[in-house]
Amino acid sequence: MPTMSFAPAGSAVPRQGPPVESPSIEGSVTADRIYRLSLLVFALCVPLLMLLIFVEVGAAAWPALHLFGLSFLTSSAWDPVKGQFGAAPAIVGTLLTSVIALTLATPLALGSAIFLSEFSPPWLRQPLSFLVDLLAAVPSVVYGLWAIFVMVPILRTGVMPFLRDTLHLGATPFFSGPAYGNSVLAAGMILAIMVLPYIAAVSREVLMAVPRAQREAALALGATRWEMIAGAVIPYARTGIFGGVILGLGRALGETMAVTMVIGNRHELSASLFAPGYSMASLIANEFSEATTDLHVSALMAIGFVLLIITLIVNGVARWMVSRMGAEVRA
Amino acid sequence: MTEAPERLTEAVAQQRGHIDVASFSFWYGKTQALRDIEMEIAPREVTALIGPSGCGKSTFLRSINRLNELIPGVRRTGEIRLDGENIYQAGMDVVTLRQRVGMVFQRWNPFPKTIYDNVAYGPRINASPKAAALEEIVESALRRAALWDEVKDRLRDSALALSGGQQQRLCIARALANDPEVLLLDEPASALDPIATQKVEELVYELKKELTIVIVTHNLQQAARISDRTAFFYLGKLIEMGGTQRLFTSPVEERTEAYITGRFG
Repeated sequence: MPTMSFAPAGSAVPRQGPPVESPSIEGSVTADRIYRLSLLVFALCVPLLMLLIFVEVGAAAWPALHLFGLSFLTSSAWDPVKGQFGAAPAIVGTLLTSVIALTLATPLALGSAIFLSEFSPPWLRQPLSFLVDLLAAVPSVVYGLWAIFVMVPILRTGVMPFLRDTLHLGATPFFSGPAYGNSVLAAGMILAIMVLPYIAAVSREVLMAVPRAQREAALALGATRWEMIAGAVIPYARTGIFGGVILGLGRALGETMAVTMVIGNRHELSASLFAPGYSMASLIANEFSEATTDLHVSALMAIGFVLLIITLIVNGVARWMVSRMGAEVRA
Repeated sequence: MTEAPERLTEAVAQQRGHIDVASFSFWYGKTQALRDIEMEIAPREVTALIGPSGCGKSTFLRSINRLNELIPGVRRTGEIRLDGENIYQAGMDVVTLRQRVGMVFQRWNPFPKTIYDNVAYGPRINASPKAAALEEIVESALRRAALWDEVKDRLRDSALALSGGQQQRLCIARALANDPEVLLLDEPASALDPIATQKVEELVYELKKELTIVIVTHNLQQAARISDRTAFFYLGKLIEMGGTQRLFTSPVEERTEAYITGRFG
């Protein structure tokens, strides 16, 4: 039975429209459906691709993971000839270089962001921001090359002896041993330079987006400029700043080329940052072309799988923390 | 005829929180926003600044705590004296001035911190009192802002969980925690519902017993309800100032009458 519907204007597409409905409207409803459906397919493609990679890598990694079990994560043995594979040095190397990178880059990036958003004269802000952003555009192989020929020699002859002997940090295991140059420290430092523009750019944008009302609130209460920044601007922006740091971490975990060029590529655990090490990404990059046995290929896939999972966990935790902080801020 | 500014008696002018403005002008770049303002603001009274948008009343309010200085390209001449001391004189400490002259904005702007930390912000940066003393300051500020009973059980909750009216009273409490002598209110109730507005107005009525209050408002009824004196600004000039009742019932200036009867604005 045809009934007139008195749906308010702007409500959803009428489901049981009167039969007098003109063909053109029916046509547009069909078009609407096709449009919506095709967009849904596109939207599903992306997570599907992710899932497919995850499953494929996982399946290829299965033989190695199955054979070695947990010892794949804890063992330091890596002998393709004997068929012994343990990823511990590469996992530790990846995490350690990333931590060094963030430790060095975060204060620098924050300092740059605070200067550019709060203190810089307007005429300097644009060009300086541009130069910082430009750091992100340098190809990683160029960073690696620069690191090998400029940074590593300075580390070997200057920084490392200074840390070890002049500052007597050699007494701790972390800064002891011969200064080869190529080392976990070198990889961490080049990563620091590479992630810096990401953290700096995000932090700068977030700081500049802090509402004027927040700044004025602090100033009107008798805050100095610095008290305003430390007490009102940064707390307001901290969720976004944290997001920028996590973006940098994601980049540091997966960075391959520059790290491979300076980390030393030695599959051994060492407490000293001066010692050469390995990272998961550089291990894969170095060996994929030489992997002749099925087990070797599977072991490399397993490393890729572990790296994938670590980045997923990092991003998941970061999301969770950002949403928690955000909830606190917005309530 | 322009009404000659009536001077306050010597006894009133001696009280803490007395503001005396002498030929004060203000420019944003080439645009002159205030022209030769002469005005006296009495302690322990509410002075309302009214006038159409862009008349300079907010600029004037923000000149009293020198918050306008943050905008690049501004310029001013003349003096604003607080307790006889020109706040624009060389060597005036802006930070101390802003502790003495608190301000509350049109759109409430609590920090994304707890209720307690919001109120404690001023004392912490200015005096850094001991924890016990700070607690007393926070409680007393919240009591003076008539908010204590509503929030005393959730001082550690986020300030942003409060309703709009509560957030605005929290901002008043935050300003009061500095123990100011002057409180500037920039349309403090224009974004609030009638009940929250009434609470803010009652609060202003209570607070004027201890403070000098200057309020910018677009709401003429509000000005008539809560202020003792009203100043009408138009095109950057102070057109007329006088006792609120007198100004609203028998304005001297034609433009004042036109504005309060709703013929423009």
